[in-house]
Amino acid sequence: MKTMSSTNNYILGVYDDEDEVLHAVSEVKSKGIKIEEVYTPFPIHGLDTALGHPRTRLPIAAFMFGCLGLVCAQALINYTMVFDWPMIIGGKDFFALPDWIPITFEGTVLFTAFGLVTTFCISNDLYPGKKPEILDIRITDDRFVMAINVDKNKKSAADIKKALKDSGAVEVNVK
Amino acid sequence: MSHVVSPIREKLVTGGKSYHDVTHDICKQVEGEPTKEWKWAFGISCVVFAYGAYCLFYTWWQGIGVWGLNKTVGWAWDITNFVWWVGIGHAGTLISAVLLLFRQKWRTSINRSAEAMTIFAVLCAASFILAHMGRPWLAHWALPLPNTYGSLWVNFNSPLVWDVFAISTYLSVSLLFWYMGLVPDLATIRDRATTKASKFWYGFFSLGWTGSAKTWARYEYMSLILAGISTPLVLSVHTIVSMDFATSVIPGWHTTIFPPYFVAGAIFSGFAMVQTLLLITRVVFHLEDYITIEHIEMMNIVITITGSIVGIAYLTEFFMAWYSGVEYESYAFINRATGPYWWAYWMMMTCNVISPQLFWAKSIRTNLLVSFFLSIVVNVGMWFERFVIIVTSLHRDYIPSSWAMFSPTMYDIGDYIFSFGLFFTLFFLFAKFLPVVNMAEVKAVMKGVSTNYTAKKAKASIKTDE
Repeated sequence: MKTMSSTNNYILGVYDDEDEVLHAVSEVKSKGIKIEEVYTPFPIHGLDTALGHPRTRLPIAAFMFGCLGLVCAQALINYTMVFDWPMIIGGKDFFALPDWIPITFEGTVLFTAFGLVTTFCISNDLYPGKKPEILDIRITDDRFVMAINVDKNKKSAADIKKALKDSGAVEVNVK
Repeated sequence: MSHVVSPIREKLVTGGKSYHDVTHDICKQVEGEPTKEWKWAFGISCVVFAYGAYCLFYTWWQGIGVWGLNKTVGWAWDITNFVWWVGIGHAGTLISAVLLLFRQKWRTSINRSAEAMTIFAVLCAASFILAHMGRPWLAHWALPLPNTYGSLWVNFNSPLVWDVFAISTYLSVSLLFWYMGLVPDLATIRDRATTKASKFWYGFFSLGWTGSAKTWARYEYMSLILAGISTPLVLSVHTIVSMDFATSVIPGWHTTIFPPYFVAGAIFSGFAMVQTLLLITRVVFHLEDYITIEHIEMMNIVITITGSIVGIAYLTEFFMAWYSGVEYESYAFINRATGPYWWAYWMMMTCNVISPQLFWAKSIRTNLLVSFFLSIVVNVGMWFERFVIIVTSLHRDYIPSSWAMFSPTMYDIGDYIFSFGLFFTLFFLFAKFLPVVNMAEVKAVMKGVSTNYTAKKAKASIKTDE
């Protein structure tokens, strides 16, 4: 959403029901209209696949961060307990792996959580103090908004408006 | 797409609410002027906090000699309070993570306040960790930081160091999980804000959230993964707390049953605390349509189950003490039940094992007043459990000449009061400035669980089938 601020090239179909908007996505798409994005007050399962968004790779990122956490925790413990200042504690080996499982686990979880959330924020361009590009103020309340970029569509604005109306939109606005 | 819900399920959102009603009902507390009840409640908790802060300051200034500890009883109220608060801090993440993985929809109206409570409870627990060090300004020595003594590192084989890592990880991950859950709701408040200050602050913290389908899809994945890693995390935390005791050689502590027993106890006390707070919140903020009798009943069922697990653990401990044939171990347990602290033991038994069994009766577990009373009883019982484990195991040493009793001083009590002041001050601030119910999640499950949407859903599903 880079060019949201430029005016009059967006047509917004406003819906008041999650099942209606989900249904409308396939209906509008079947008429050969390209949907830019759908904005909703809560997650609707199946909406991203209906829009044809690729499946997110966040789980892979999370796994990688988890591996990094595991390696970092083990590296720290091994460096301090085995190499830098080895001490005999309770008659155990310097390399007392079972004793290190709790902290290795915590390190894995910590890295996964923070890495995952950071990746999520970067991939969605979310950061503290960011000015949101709000198409309709009711999106975070009770309205489901389908945004269509006229410039990226071959169909005329009138056709798009008609398609939105036919698919059950309660309002059609231009922004 | 709404989920399929059995028609015999009780409705989780009553009163025929629309999505806008949800937004309005929850945002109203944040947007309006603070009510008189809130001002009083907040004022009182500030006073309690201030008195407690004085006591804690005095403890830090003078050292822990101001507590009632002695050579035999080296841990008492400090660690009792610590374990008690950490235990309470288990319910929030359990509700939001474990119940998310199990697809329990009733969690949606209560997870926000339960998670807030978790974070505040862990902060309270941390205050005792700092205080019991005696020199809290050297608390960073518990971290593996390079230093001029060698570097001399912390001992990674020690359960106390595991605890430092477990609790700080738990606190930061819970805070992150809670905050990410707040972001869409903060955006809702941002978009409704009328004053400049609230526009700025809610805008600042809502990270520029727009609610696009792509963001939501990633958000769902992120929540699921956070829930997936928080589940073992929450179980690990009290497991590790129990290892502070279980890896020692003190009769009464040196028990392999401790990890599961502590985790069950933590969930038990945490749910009881959530219950106490929910029953107050629902009345003060008029949330009867969101926190229904169904929610209260579900909570009571979890309390009964975990209470029963705790009861079995108590009996197993006793059996093992006898079966082991170790006379020190046997004595520790006989002394608990019949020694000078018998009253604490039987208090624990009555509050934790007997009282939750009353919830087998539906009329009792759906009665708000009884639920409120019993939720407090459970937490009294759980405090005594930790007191019994810690003090009765220590006070009669191997050598009868060193046997001693513990009695708290005003600073033991004052530091405990501090934690209540801190907890309630933070909770009331949360209840005023942040939405106490997760609006986005409630809206997402409303079809099928709300009285209003059932007919509309039927219509929509016919349309989808065509």
